[in-house]
Amino acid sequence: MSQSSADTLTPKGESWVWFTSLGLIVGLVMVVGLLSLVLLNGFSVFWAPQVPTVQLKDNSTIVGQLVQRRVRPGSPALNPIYERQYQVGLRELNGFSYIWKDEGDIVKEFFNPETMGLERVENGPAFVTPVAIIDSQGRRISAKDSEFKVILQKELSHAAGVRDQVHEISRGKIGDVNRELEALRIELRRAEDKGLPTEEIQGKVAQLDKQFAELKSQAEQMSAQGSKAKLIAHDASGKDVQLAFSTLIRAWTPNQMSFFERIELLFNRLGEFIFDEPREANTEGGLMPAIFGTLVMTVFMSLMVTPFGVITAIYLREYAQDGPILRTVRICVNNLAGVPSIVFGVFGLGFFVYVLGGSIDQLFYSDQLKYNNNTPVFGTGGLLWCSLTLALMTLPVVIVATEEALSAVPRGMREASLAAGASKWQTIRDILLPASAPGILTGVILAMARGAGEVAPLMLVGVVKLAPTLPLDTMAPFLHMDRKFMHLGFHIYDLGFQSPDSDAARPMVFATTLLLIVLVVCLNLGAITIRNRLRAKFKGASF
Amino acid sequence: MNPTTSRIQVRPATEREGRKDYIRIQNYGFWYSEKKALDAISLDVPERQVVAFIGPSGCGKSTLLRNLNRMNDLIDGIRHEGDITIAGRSIYDPNLEVISLRRRVGMVFQKSNPFPKSIYENVVYALRVMGVTNRATLDEACETSLRKSALWDEVKDRLNESALGLSGGQMQRLCIARAIANRPEILLMDEPCSALDPIATGKIEELIHELKEQFTIVIVTHSMQQAARVSDRTAFFYLGKLIEYDTTEKIFMNPSQAQTEAYISGRFG
Repeated sequence: MSQSSADTLTPKGESWVWFTSLGLIVGLVMVVGLLSLVLLNGFSVFWAPQVPTVQLKDNSTIVGQLVQRRVRPGSPALNPIYERQYQVGLRELNGFSYIWKDEGDIVKEFFNPETMGLERVENGPAFVTPVAIIDSQGRRISAKDSEFKVILQKELSHAAGVRDQVHEISRGKIGDVNRELEALRIELRRAEDKGLPTEEIQGKVAQLDKQFAELKSQAEQMSAQGSKAKLIAHDASGKDVQLAFSTLIRAWTPNQMSFFERIELLFNRLGEFIFDEPREANTEGGLMPAIFGTLVMTVFMSLMVTPFGVITAIYLREYAQDGPILRTVRICVNNLAGVPSIVFGVFGLGFFVYVLGGSIDQLFYSDQLKYNNNTPVFGTGGLLWCSLTLALMTLPVVIVATEEALSAVPRGMREASLAAGASKWQTIRDILLPASAPGILTGVILAMARGAGEVAPLMLVGVVKLAPTLPLDTMAPFLHMDRKFMHLGFHIYDLGFQSPDSDAARPMVFATTLLLIVLVVCLNLGAITIRNRLRAKFKGASF
Repeated sequence: MNPTTSRIQVRPATEREGRKDYIRIQNYGFWYSEKKALDAISLDVPERQVVAFIGPSGCGKSTLLRNLNRMNDLIDGIRHEGDITIAGRSIYDPNLEVISLRRRVGMVFQKSNPFPKSIYENVVYALRVMGVTNRATLDEACETSLRKSALWDEVKDRLNESALGLSGGQMQRLCIARAIANRPEILLMDEPCSALDPIATGKIEELIHELKEQFTIVIVTHSMQQAARVSDRTAFFYLGKLIEYDTTEKIFMNPSQAQTEAYISGRFG
């Protein structure tokens, strides 16, 4: 029998090599597919393609960016009718921003070199043919004028400067005054309630009110001045449109640009995407608050979960007596990793927000509750509760990784330390923990990766669609753990499912996804670098 | 006389002032859970002498050695009977903290096990855990121990480099330096040369000779030549029992037990 099996020339193991590699291949294909899908779709937000002028059978014309082409739903399968979707912009005039046209209806399509794309503060983009500029001094510069481009850029940057100033006043200064007023009003109500003299406070309030009015008029004046310059242009049908420069963000000529100009525009838009605040129900502008929120939340989560998890693991591995209780606890901890994340969200809401946060409010912010229409401070979702909830969710990952790392420390090191007269705690602190640091960090990396991408529990405990202020600012105590914040994962959900303009939001969904992936990869790379440094320290160990 | 035995060179036993029963093991038995590892062992280790434990694998010699500083306490389900005293005091005295016992009884292991720290930190570890923070004291202890372990000249210029960059023999000498840094009275060595080449082994054996001026040394070894070369007295164990214990000269030249003779002449079956 052994003779016959030895005689066969068919290799025994090879077929199984192929079989087992199948899983890897499928996995790789999926990863590559996912990344390229996200990359392609995401970059369409930043890339400026050529913008065709399309003449239709009914003698109307549209100017717009081609978004997609598809078989019209319900058209015969054998002889399909294709239709194209164009982003035509100028929503305030057209009433829509995206339009579908049958390919059969298209008579002619050409690229008008004069076509100009405009990105605007509101109502989405516009594709127009510029005619002239009325500049801040009231001069009219024709589009054919050689100066036109220079004046256009000058007016755009001037308008951007004014917008920044107005923003600084309305958001920054008026925001500060508002917060002070808020605090004073609470004080006033308390003073009234307790029968204390209120004149002084009222004086302060009046002063602040005056300041508020001044700032407001200053801002209005500024924006009024900035909006004097106008761009006069024709829309697709040849009608005149007037666009105030104060509403314009950037202009480009998609049918004239060189490749490098397109790349420049791409990076320009990418910069805005990363460093600016969102506009237009989050479908335009940047994601700075969401990036920042995700980062801060993940960092706090790691700061909370690491010590907690490590301490727990040390007890379980080093101190606890082996027995049925320990084994049960260990099984429970491991199973905790499999609990659906939304369950942690519900727990976070029920325990952290209502019980813990409610108690904190009762104890430390009772005045605020009483005199501020029962507005909770910590008794509502916020950064602290989000971090805590996710820390709880990722705790088993850290515990398991730390236990593994501790048990992987060579027995010899432990014995050497004890034989040198070290106590158990000294051995853990000086020998075991440093030696198992790379393993612990692996656990933290996994926890971070899981925490940074989690959405479901956060929706319950403090992530919002649009947060007016970052959790970190110049107001004492600088870090506001009670504030609600924006999060990339939730942002994706919000864009994809809650957006009023789903066509406009779709590319942003992919771009945001891309950003989230990049962010998680960056966080992990950071942690992996630290881990590798630690590992290098132990390289060459002879055990 | 057996030809194998005669090839082994035996160093004549050094007789020194000191207690003859510095470590006294009395009728000592030891169990791992249900398995009896040691059975009614009684032997005395004189002060500042080298005693070698020899015997085939699993005979209990390492177990006995590791009980001298209660290293086996780490294992669950152990149990003992009889007693071990060091300088007249039982190591199982409830008033004696195991940490202070281990500070008096240093240990060198079979595999060199330096910590992933600098050479300096490795040597002064025992002092650090005792709470010594005075830099001068630590520096002095580091130099003294490294000199005693014949490593000083090789590492004095790289004390702050990782100990893991040393060679195998250097690592083992570093472990010896670490074990003697807090000036213990007894040094236990569990097959300290089993992973080393002959040159490194020679160095460590030289070291043992110098160290016994100050320390009482108990060494477990599989090499009978080594036992003969370094020890003053030798104990032969077999299956958890002490078969014979006498001066090294007597054990190797003229053993009184047939089993001992069979073992040291390599005719063991």
